[in-house]
Amino acid sequence: MKTPKQTSRRSFLKTSAGVAGMLAFGGLLPQTARASKLSVGFIYVGPKDDYGYNQSHAEGAAAVKQMPGVSVVEEENVPETVDVQKTMESMINFDGVNLLFPTSFGYFNPHILELAPKYPDLRFEHCGGLWSADKHPSNVGSYFGYIGMGQYLNGVVAGHTSKSKKIGFVAAKPIPQVLLNINSFLLGARSVDPNITCQVIFTGEWSLAVKEAEATNALVDQGVDVVTCHVDGPKVVMETAAGRGAYVCGYHANQSPLAPDKYLTGAEWNWAKVYTDMVKTVQSGGQIDNFVRGGLAEGFIKMSPLGPAVTDTARNQFAATQSEILKGGYAVIKGPMKDNKGKVIAGSGQSFAETDVALESMNYLVEGVIGSTS
Amino acid sequence: MTMPAPYQVSRFGLIDTSPTGTLAALARRSEGLAIPLAALLAGLLLFGLFLLMLGKSPVEYYALVYKAGFGTAFSWQNTLSRAAPLLLTALCVALPARLGLVVIGGEGAIVLGGVAAGAVAMLIPGGGTGFILMMAMFAMLTGALWIGLVGLMRFYRGVNETIASLLMAYIGIALMNHLVEGPLRDPNSLNKPSTLPLTPEQRIGDLPGMDVHWGLAFGIVACVVAWILIERTRWGFAARIAGGNVRAAQIQGLPVGWLIVGFTALGGAFAGLAGMIEVAAVHGSANASLAAGYGYTGILVAFLARHNPLAIIPVAILLGGFEAANGLVQRRMDLPDATVLVMQGMVFIVILMSETLYGRCKLFTPEKWRAT
Repeated sequence: MKTPKQTSRRSFLKTSAGVAGMLAFGGLLPQTARASKLSVGFIYVGPKDDYGYNQSHAEGAAAVKQMPGVSVVEEENVPETVDVQKTMESMINFDGVNLLFPTSFGYFNPHILELAPKYPDLRFEHCGGLWSADKHPSNVGSYFGYIGMGQYLNGVVAGHTSKSKKIGFVAAKPIPQVLLNINSFLLGARSVDPNITCQVIFTGEWSLAVKEAEATNALVDQGVDVVTCHVDGPKVVMETAAGRGAYVCGYHANQSPLAPDKYLTGAEWNWAKVYTDMVKTVQSGGQIDNFVRGGLAEGFIKMSPLGPAVTDTARNQFAATQSEILKGGYAVIKGPMKDNKGKVIAGSGQSFAETDVALESMNYLVEGVIGSTS
Repeated sequence: MTMPAPYQVSRFGLIDTSPTGTLAALARRSEGLAIPLAALLAGLLLFGLFLLMLGKSPVEYYALVYKAGFGTAFSWQNTLSRAAPLLLTALCVALPARLGLVVIGGEGAIVLGGVAAGAVAMLIPGGGTGFILMMAMFAMLTGALWIGLVGLMRFYRGVNETIASLLMAYIGIALMNHLVEGPLRDPNSLNKPSTLPLTPEQRIGDLPGMDVHWGLAFGIVACVVAWILIERTRWGFAARIAGGNVRAAQIQGLPVGWLIVGFTALGGAFAGLAGMIEVAAVHGSANASLAAGYGYTGILVAFLARHNPLAIIPVAILLGGFEAANGLVQRRMDLPDATVLVMQGMVFIVILMSETLYGRCKLFTPEKWRAT
């Protein structure tokens, strides 16, 4: 008769010592031993739950985390100084990352450009679309989306919803990306009613809650009844506007939880798709293109589900316009069109499709926008 | 009446324990080191309790801080890179503080110093060491004017220097934004308005053999110079007297007005230099990234160093290490980014409270030794 196998104190000690030793040794293993698994680092300039720019990227990172064979590390609130260079190197040295997504626009020059030549085997993917083949290292890539189309669709719904025919835009800085969003928002609304005007207020900073609240209040005081924005975290604008009884259109991420009744729709980044596609490319041994762009059709951007306040006529025009945009080549800026100082920006018959590079140096506000670029 | 014998048997043995002896001198000197160190340890222990309350291991936390801040060669370079700007911005707080002034608006001087450097690089062609020194000079002059104005308003109009400097920091940042997005903007900097990029000859490189830029050396030299000025010159002596008692200094005929304007301006000059280094060594042009909060972290460094310019060096390195470790802590322990701020805040409060201990610990106060 066999005695039942029991764990003696001695064998227990031996086993646990062995396990502890292996764990300790595992911790000391050089990073190359772990490099067979893809390790991805995400860096954000603000908090990753900001209901805005950083959250949209963190949602992308969360999607990558779900993929098999990938480990993800994240760091938030990293300023655009030498800090981000050291954060990237810290991820490389301590976490063995081989694919980096430093997501803030200002990380590119000089920080990524400084570091990329030092680590030629790693891949740096930057959001903003600044890469050019003749100037920048080949292990750096850039990607961006045509989110102006999303603001155009926001404008369509805003145009149907506004009673005062005045809509408002809280903007950070008068730079091309922001100007394109403002112009698109107004032109979307004018596709519904050509008498609509859009008041814009620039706060001067990407993230400055007090000014964003002041600007939103000032817009509502002037009779604006639909507000959208382009700042890093739209939370303050959404809550302030909805609190004052105005409707809101979102930007960057889905802000409907902040104002469920007043939220019409929103232009959102869809980084989950973009990032999982890129990681799949790397996992299958492929090379990510250095220059990647896309719009609604390519799944780079998406619209928030339409809110309860959106009327049926608005829903219909929204759907019709969206399917037009999905065909590709849709032009928001088309002649004859003037800027708000009376200067012709597009002659009759002239039009700028969403992919037109001329739009990337936009320096005007179209007729109907109340505000100034300087 | 008999004089106390200088050597007597005490619990220290046959050692000179009189209030004027060597041991007494040593005790007095070590007070300034022992109290902040004890307070630092107490603050870290307190923060450890906070971590325990969150269900996290303080041992793991401090092990990670050590590893990422001081454990490897890369960690040291990371730490020193982050400490470099703090050395200079802390001086902008510490120098006026010796006169009893609390100036907290160094951020304004940094951004404007940076813009001045960017403007010089843009408007005057050239490069090389001489050019970089000229750029530094313009940046220091700008910072000196900005914070010197705070001192001027303080002395001649009685305007509170703390509020004035803080509010002027906001004006400074707005002015920087205006200049960088307007008159000084490089038309090619589309989505990130900046001044024209510096040429390679106008930039500052790394210290030899290290991945840390020359700003670190500038900062250490500035701290030593400031220490000599305060502790070893008659202007520093006069400033310390005025800081102790303005009325007494005035009665003695000390030029209090000049001292206030001079020390605030010098502090501002160092902050302006920090801005220039950011532009020439890190960013390569002046833009909104200059307002990174170094001016505010400098306040913390200066107070922790008790406004002693030499003590600023280790304190800035310690804080640089904490910040260098912040990322690894976020990634490994799943703690939010604000964790390091909580730790800094706790240490700061404990050190401020420890100010009340000076002169109360018997160990460091030879006058009290004989009472028992």
